[in-house]
Amino acid sequence: MITLNINGLNVSVEEGTTVLEAARFIGFPIPTLCHMDGLSPYGACRVCLVEIGKEPRTKLVSSCTYPAEEGLVVRTASSRVVRTRRMVIELLLASCPQSKVIQDLASSHGVNKQRFKQEHDDCILCGLCVRMCSEQMMAKAIGFSGRGNERALGTPFNVKSEACRQCGGCIYVCPACQLRCSYTEKDSPVCGGCQNLPPPCLEKEKFDDMMCFMSPCVACEIAPK
Amino acid sequence: MADLGKTTVHEREPVDPELIRDILAKHDGEQGGLIAILEDIQTEYGFLPEDALRTVAESMGRPLIDIYGVARFYHCFSLKPRGKHVISACLGTACHVRGAPAIVEELERQLKIRVDETTQDKEFTLKTVNCLGACALGPVAVVDGRTFSKLRRSKVKPLLEQAAAGNDGVEIGKDVRIFPVDVSCPRCNHSLMDDSFFIEGRPSIRVTVSFNHKHGWLRLASLYGRYNVYSEYEVPQSSVVEMFCPHCHTELTSSWQCPTCGAPMVQMIVRGGGVVRICSRRGCCGSRSHMLDLI
Repeated sequence: MITLNINGLNVSVEEGTTVLEAARFIGFPIPTLCHMDGLSPYGACRVCLVEIGKEPRTKLVSSCTYPAEEGLVVRTASSRVVRTRRMVIELLLASCPQSKVIQDLASSHGVNKQRFKQEHDDCILCGLCVRMCSEQMMAKAIGFSGRGNERALGTPFNVKSEACRQCGGCIYVCPACQLRCSYTEKDSPVCGGCQNLPPPCLEKEKFDDMMCFMSPCVACEIAPK
Repeated sequence: MADLGKTTVHEREPVDPELIRDILAKHDGEQGGLIAILEDIQTEYGFLPEDALRTVAESMGRPLIDIYGVARFYHCFSLKPRGKHVISACLGTACHVRGAPAIVEELERQLKIRVDETTQDKEFTLKTVNCLGACALGPVAVVDGRTFSKLRRSKVKPLLEQAAAGNDGVEIGKDVRIFPVDVSCPRCNHSLMDDSFFIEGRPSIRVTVSFNHKHGWLRLASLYGRYNVYSEYEVPQSSVVEMFCPHCHTELTSSWQCPTCGAPMVQMIVRGGGVVRICSRRGCCGSRSHMLDLI
């Protein structure tokens, strides 16, 4: 067993556990995008960043790929982590604003603006579909090709793959394929509907979290008191 | 996904599966030999045909997407047929400020193709690279291994003419691709030059050769880039010969192997510094010599 310190609490976990698993185990939420239980950690989206080490020599690592170490000091929500995470989400928004997963992340982290050149990519290269295809579906029909800004996802030679059984697993896990909710401002990079429009639950008696039909809406949590 | 629309379906070149299997057999059991296999296939066809990659995937038992990913990752691999001459124009920072974009534009205009395309007659392929490491000579372009430096728009036409002409028929002394060398034995340092036998107006290089239990002299052209050979006995094409120094009778060998055919390479010292290695196989790419560390 390894003992590490997360946000001031000592946690004992088994060897081989990642920091993300350890933090979730004792109840500290860390947002993720390219992580999925049952698929190997990939560390592509950087949304799960945490700060490790002692002041003043701390560094940011992706918690989903960082193995727990004896005596490791982890902070999951320091100001540096929150600031960087917002920037990561803003950059994700800049490349793929149509993704509901990213829009939800943006509104739950208070990202209200997008200051970069707006693009409308249909892929954020998170690698979920590739891992799904090879690790869970055992097909290995899709993968990355090219490099740098030409890196793209697809089948070999971009033609129908013989290895593909059309199981649909890749589409199921894709965070970019889902359409975002069509809030009133269709062209705005930040949807923020849940964040800006007070849902009925805020005006009436508060729902219990588990009962809210708007889940994963976070309006009630971030509403000004 | 984003790329789907851009894909061009090119006509499939016939691929001999036996040849691919031969290449695979040569690299059998090598750890991580995929890149070497793809390099060999590219040497054979000039590019990586789709059917060849499918055969490789099938024979190695690896998913096709892995092979495809590797082939797409490295710039040296091409999935499209390439021309006889590949022009790599540098667009690095130093070349860029010295006017490389204008050179690329001029190349595009004269060849009537875009970057990463091949001319209709399959003569030229135009590529851009990000740095060739010869920034002081910029703008630079490399054509078939030969560097053209300090390019201007007016130099593009002669560049294309020289590249199309190849190494044959160029004037000695005027073209930097052909230059004379004086060589000596790496063991006894005696000169191997023979003033009594001239090839192309230059003293020849004399060595003793041995093949099929025959021994005799062999004279090579001493011009780097020329492959004329005269010998006492006719050396059959594609046979590998052993070469000896006529003075100390040591075998002229090296631990190097010819990158094209795998035969051992013969090493000689160049007067003035440097080493020249030639392939010991008769007719291998015209006995292409490799000049190294030439000062």
